[in-house]
Amino acid sequence: MQGCIRAALAVACALLAPLEPAAAPSPAPEPQPGLAQAVSSTPVERGRYLARLGNCMACHTARGKAEYAGGRAIDTPFGTVYSTNITPDPTTGIGRWTREDFWRALHHGRSRDGRLLTPAFPYTSFTRITRTDSDALHAYLQSIPAVVLTNRAQELRFPFGSQAALWVWRTLYFQTGEFQPVPDRSAEWNRGAYLVEGLGHCSACHTPRNALGAERSGAPWSGGMVPVQNWYAPALSNAREAGVGHWRDEDVVQLLRTGVNRQASVMGPMAEVVAGSTQYLSNQDASAMAAYLKSLSPSVVPPLASPSTAPNGAVRAADSAAAQLYETHCASCHGKKGEGEPGAFPALAGNRAVQMANPTNVLRVMLQGGYAPSTVGNPRPFGMPPFQQVLSDAELAAIASFVRGSWGNTAAPVNLTEAHRARERQAPTP
Amino acid sequence: MSSRFLLPSASARPLLSALVCVGALLTLSLSANAAGIDMEARVRACTACHGNQGRATPEGYFPRIAGKPAGYLANQLINFKEGRRVYPAMGYLVEHLSDAYLGEMAAYFAALDLPYPPPPVAQESAAVRERGRALVQNGDPGRRIPACVSCHGAAMTGVQPATPGLLGLPRDYLNSQLGAWATGQRHAQAPDCMAEVAKALTAADVSAVSAWLSAQPVPANGHPAARLQQPASLKCGQAVTAQ
Repeated sequence: MQGCIRAALAVACALLAPLEPAAAPSPAPEPQPGLAQAVSSTPVERGRYLARLGNCMACHTARGKAEYAGGRAIDTPFGTVYSTNITPDPTTGIGRWTREDFWRALHHGRSRDGRLLTPAFPYTSFTRITRTDSDALHAYLQSIPAVVLTNRAQELRFPFGSQAALWVWRTLYFQTGEFQPVPDRSAEWNRGAYLVEGLGHCSACHTPRNALGAERSGAPWSGGMVPVQNWYAPALSNAREAGVGHWRDEDVVQLLRTGVNRQASVMGPMAEVVAGSTQYLSNQDASAMAAYLKSLSPSVVPPLASPSTAPNGAVRAADSAAAQLYETHCASCHGKKGEGEPGAFPALAGNRAVQMANPTNVLRVMLQGGYAPSTVGNPRPFGMPPFQQVLSDAELAAIASFVRGSWGNTAAPVNLTEAHRARERQAPTP
Repeated sequence: MSSRFLLPSASARPLLSALVCVGALLTLSLSANAAGIDMEARVRACTACHGNQGRATPEGYFPRIAGKPAGYLANQLINFKEGRRVYPAMGYLVEHLSDAYLGEMAAYFAALDLPYPPPPVAQESAAVRERGRALVQNGDPGRRIPACVSCHGAAMTGVQPATPGLLGLPRDYLNSQLGAWATGQRHAQAPDCMAEVAKALTAADVSAVSAWLSAQPVPANGHPAARLQQPASLKCGQAVTAQ
């Protein structure tokens, strides 16, 4: 089936005229109720804040290089995309872009010259950004220091980078749109929905993608593998994954703004999101996001469908080799009974992150370790050592299985193949 | 935020910056001692590779970090974070940590005063080791290779605040660092004098230097020297240091 889609796409690319007519600039939409934000006054200041919320810098800045000057390699299943220079340099950046040009990129996914942009730039989400916010972002980006750095050509495999392929992809998966407030929800909820679905582009990771890299509109927020990085973005719709419907509002706010709260800390790609974006949320906007996120999953954790997995756990807990490995490598921080150390090292007993059906993240954390990000609210985070050079695949699987099946945890064991695959940065292609 | 200072140099301004930096790190180190238990838990992530208390492990690659100059350790952590030094496991760990916190971690390990184990038995021939010793202690002026001791200190235990010691390190680690500098995998702030030195060394030079250095015992007082006895032979732009 996937092969058919790819073949059809290739044929379509060969046959179709490469460009759809350039879209006429849309008139600025009327300000919508519930979208006002009173954080700061001037467009440049608002834009600075909005650029944080969109985490523009994460992609548009290469490691250790000039801010917003682009050049970061973003690996996708279709090849490598290099982010572009969005500083105001007139020749290599966007110094000549008008507000209209900028709006066209965000709202229509087109460059200044009308070319179709690759959806690695998440215009499927950004199309919901209001014109007012787009203009503020433009004003801010025109105010930052100009950096001369020529954009690097994309390295997408044929046919994916061609204008024809992008035309087909957009026909299938992209519609320009504006955020539509839901009338019977509060202004706060609508503000949260606008931020999460638009600028925050949370669905880029938390909604699964199809074989052509498009978000599956039929399964929103149900979790997905982050392409290539090989981390699982857990489901925001599932109380046993990353759903927060049963959390207190302040816990959601605290996780977004500091990277840790009493039951969780962020690791992997979400650490980057908190470090670069959500730690800068105003209290008001963080509460708004929490209100919306809480509505995506049930307010009570539903009972397990198959409690019959529990006996397996008891059997595995008796696996003395795995228990010994746990004792040697894990117990000094996570406790002999997986109880953890509050405020420093998370409990593993009852921890939903180690018990997800997809075991990728617990394996990645064991392999890579990692620190929660330094944030204003949590400047000196605790961390976990990487064990990739210490543990074999068999040991990795044994410890993960032991943790997933002990102290009341009831998740399925991890097999050798899963442990081996977790070492690969490249996730299996869809 | 970071500041640059030149080390070592005869001119006054870099010296002043260096002193300010030493002061800042001393302050950090005192507060780290006061909260030593707390920091021990916060840096436990480092110990799977660098050993308990940063003493290194018998695995033979990962370097000891205990007792190295705080400025040097802070520079390395920030270099990993900003991509001047590339080792994926390190880059991932420090990516989202503030320079201030990295400086605090550096000060914690720098302040650990722990004995060194005896060096491993030398693998290379006496002739190779002699070639290594000669390069370390005298350099090769004809090929514009300075003596290692001219910057890293006569005792080779490093110089405060940011020049590392060369003893007590695994041979594989020394080889790979010199190789990484020569091939552009590892950088320091410009002028990157170690890159110049490493590029002037042949593979046989590197092997000889690493063989001799890794076989030397660390003197009983293995602390980094407070200052160089004579001006350094090279002007190095080391040092992006946490404030």
